[in-house]
Amino acid sequence: MKLSPFAKSLIQSVVLLLIVAALALTSVAVHAATPAELLSNYSAQAGSPAVPARGQQLFITRHGREWSCASCHGAVPTQAGKHASTGKPINAMAPAFNPERFTDAAKSEKWFRRNCNDVVGRECTAAEKADVLSWLLTLKP
Amino acid sequence: MAAPVMADNDRRSQQVPMLSKYQQECAACHVAYPPGMLPAASWQRLLNNLPHHYGTDASLDPATVKQLATWLTNYAGTYTRANETPPEDRITRSPWFIRQHDEVSAATWKLPAVKSAANCIACHTQSDKGDFNERHIRIPR
Repeated sequence: MKLSPFAKSLIQSVVLLLIVAALALTSVAVHAATPAELLSNYSAQAGSPAVPARGQQLFITRHGREWSCASCHGAVPTQAGKHASTGKPINAMAPAFNPERFTDAAKSEKWFRRNCNDVVGRECTAAEKADVLSWLLTLKP
Repeated sequence: MAAPVMADNDRRSQQVPMLSKYQQECAACHVAYPPGMLPAASWQRLLNNLPHHYGTDASLDPATVKQLATWLTNYAGTYTRANETPPEDRITRSPWFIRQHDEVSAATWKLPAVKSAANCIACHTQSDKGDFNERHIRIPR
């Protein structure tokens, strides 16, 4: 069977579209998670169970720098915070008060990376991330 | 990537179609500044230095940086005066910015609701939509 150039390009477009759709679905499947799943991943990486009280300490204290986590998120992040330099509102951190939080592994990693660099001056360890997340999960309405 | 030459077309104040990635990543911390408010060279420098973004870690994955760079430099300021690189690549230090705000009193800049000259939305109530039209200015008391 001989295909016209138009049919060929149509088939190419459809194949390309299917590939793009498949990739999009894969990336969603890779990143979508629940806060509990992220916590168990971090704890597994750390090789020890999370300690909520340690997470709270890390969150509310300064670590030799200008900001703590609480500077932007509030000491008890159950309501909106405010960016310490720009003043832009930041939605609540605790998952029970904001169902979008910690449901995307890549996004959580991005913000842990940036914010730990700002607050602690280095990236956080898996144990530290587990501690903070476990504390956030204790906050209930 | 070079910005297209657009003589006599001041994109500084012109609304351009918003890139959702730009909105998602950059407007998480501050107003989505219109691309035309800085020349392409400034945007390039900012994007090359995101881990040290005016005192904060705003690092992004390389693919996202590339996507933002293409869009920002495409719509960067091309008007003669926006082509001048402002000190520290800060919009607020551009001669046109300073000139346009010369009626704002020192006391107004210091209001808690304003906090910083980078906080456009304190007075430009539609700035989150890229609209800086004078009729939408409300200076807080």
